[in-house]
Amino acid sequence: MAEDSIKFSFSLALPGTSFSLDVEAALPGRGISAIFGASGSGKTTLLRCIAGLQRVSNGRVSVNDQVWQNGERYWPTHRRPLGYVFQEASLFTHLSVEGNLAYAIKRADSGVSGIDLAEAVSLLGLSPLLKQRPAQLSGGERQRVAIARALLIRPRLLLMDEPLASLDEARKQEILPYLERLRHELAVPMLYVSHSRDEVARLADHLLMLDAGRVVANGPLVESFSRIDLPLTPGDQRGVVLEGRVAERDSEWHLTRVIFDGGMLWIRDSGDELGAMVRLHVHAGDVSIALTPQRDSSILNSLQARVSAITPDSSQAALCLVKLELGASHLLARITRRSAQQLGLEKSQLVWAQIKSVAIVR
Amino acid sequence: MPLTSDDLQTLWLTLKLATVVTVLLLLLGTPIAWWLARSRSWLRGPVAAIVALPLVLPPTVLGFYLLLAMAPSGPLGQVTGALGLGTLAFTFEGLVIASLLYSMPFVVQPIQNAIEAIGDRPLEAAATLRAGPVDRFMTVVLPLAAPGFVTAAVLGFAHTIGEFGVVLMIGGNIPGETRVMSVQIYDHVEAMDYARAHWLAGGMMLFSFVVLLLVYGTRAGRQAGAMRYGR
Repeated sequence: MAEDSIKFSFSLALPGTSFSLDVEAALPGRGISAIFGASGSGKTTLLRCIAGLQRVSNGRVSVNDQVWQNGERYWPTHRRPLGYVFQEASLFTHLSVEGNLAYAIKRADSGVSGIDLAEAVSLLGLSPLLKQRPAQLSGGERQRVAIARALLIRPRLLLMDEPLASLDEARKQEILPYLERLRHELAVPMLYVSHSRDEVARLADHLLMLDAGRVVANGPLVESFSRIDLPLTPGDQRGVVLEGRVAERDSEWHLTRVIFDGGMLWIRDSGDELGAMVRLHVHAGDVSIALTPQRDSSILNSLQARVSAITPDSSQAALCLVKLELGASHLLARITRRSAQQLGLEKSQLVWAQIKSVAIVR
Repeated sequence: MPLTSDDLQTLWLTLKLATVVTVLLLLLGTPIAWWLARSRSWLRGPVAAIVALPLVLPPTVLGFYLLLAMAPSGPLGQVTGALGLGTLAFTFEGLVIASLLYSMPFVVQPIQNAIEAIGDRPLEAAATLRAGPVDRFMTVVLPLAAPGFVTAAVLGFAHTIGEFGVVLMIGGNIPGETRVMSVQIYDHVEAMDYARAHWLAGGMMLFSFVVLLLVYGTRAGRQAGAMRYGR
């Protein structure tokens, strides 16, 4: 872990504003780490500091043992082996799509292995666009070209600054599958800035959460989502992410069984192949608690779990959040405080979690 | 032959002056324009004002101070004297230096505007693609600011051709050395030789019109093209 990680520390105040960034963190040197937080929490500023686009004299950055800046050394952006995807299109308007990609290929590290033009074109579905000019492309197409260009420079770290934020819902859905493919097919670590919980739940392996320029959480994604002390989302949207494998298909009832560490769930058949890894989102509001297994209920999924924490819901005086432990996984249940009282719930008690609905994250 | 060999000589000298000045101004003006477009230094305002001075000053004022500077005891004159070049006043080189100052804003400002219009983003994108400062300038700034450079070259050239007051102040009227077309026209009018004045003046009008038509015509054409392709 020590040699395979992305470490940085910055502290800066932007003149003329009350904003300051004071961050020190280490992230895994592989997979997608989301930098998550509300607008104005400093996500983009942090990413620009890591890229060297915003110069911080006392900052430190090292990526998998390569020092990009510290007290004595400062590599300007063009010397840092990174790829950067900006929030809005940043393609060179005087070049065609092909010309934009060639710009990166010409300057890529020749000694580093990575994808070539043909792979990038097929990975991001660009072949019909190559001869076009950026002005002729839709916003989603432009971002796909920008992502391909950033990959073709053969980066050791890929930085993405809300690459979907300037796109409408349909365009987002067009690009997300490509980003998922990157996660599965490329070894390049990525830092993915986003304020969208859904994007993060779908893509990231690790979560760094910022609030007002400070780190408030830094941990594996699944674990972070189950933390009841983190204001990841408004109370009524709380929920956990479970990572599981499709194990069985029941074609008569159009259901599939997904096994995760700590249990299994029947979900509506999503069409995923057997053996495929899927991410499930379980809303806290869709989980209820019973002390005995219910035989006469319409609820399909009932799992035995252990209560590990109970806290009042800060957004609703009548409600509380119960954190449940199943093997290495967790569920959150959002129930009334009166119910919790009547059931006599307490820590480490064994209960039955009844799950009304489960959604595959996509 | 409506143009005498005199006239042709001044015509040649004028074109030579304008060409030399335009080339030098593109070389000198580009770094100044770059700095004015991108610097956040407090000196930016004063420098911009100095560059723009010839736009508002009467050419005779500029010519007067240049004449003083180029005199053997003036700052420029002392430098050229020490270098063994003599004085610059009433020489072609002197005219070049005066024209550089006089036409500077016409070259610097279009380039500066074009660079400002590019903004930070394409340069940042190029930096994340491993392009160093020189690479960024050649492959991003120059192509994106190309229309600004064309406008700058045309305006600098045309404005140098039309220069009169400064030439008279520091160049005088030496045939083959400093007598440019605007001065020649003045001489013809003074001598009541309206026919020859007409040939030169009319020719200049036509020339200027054609040059401007080329600039504005092709730019309009380019914009129409962009509209055809855009979504």
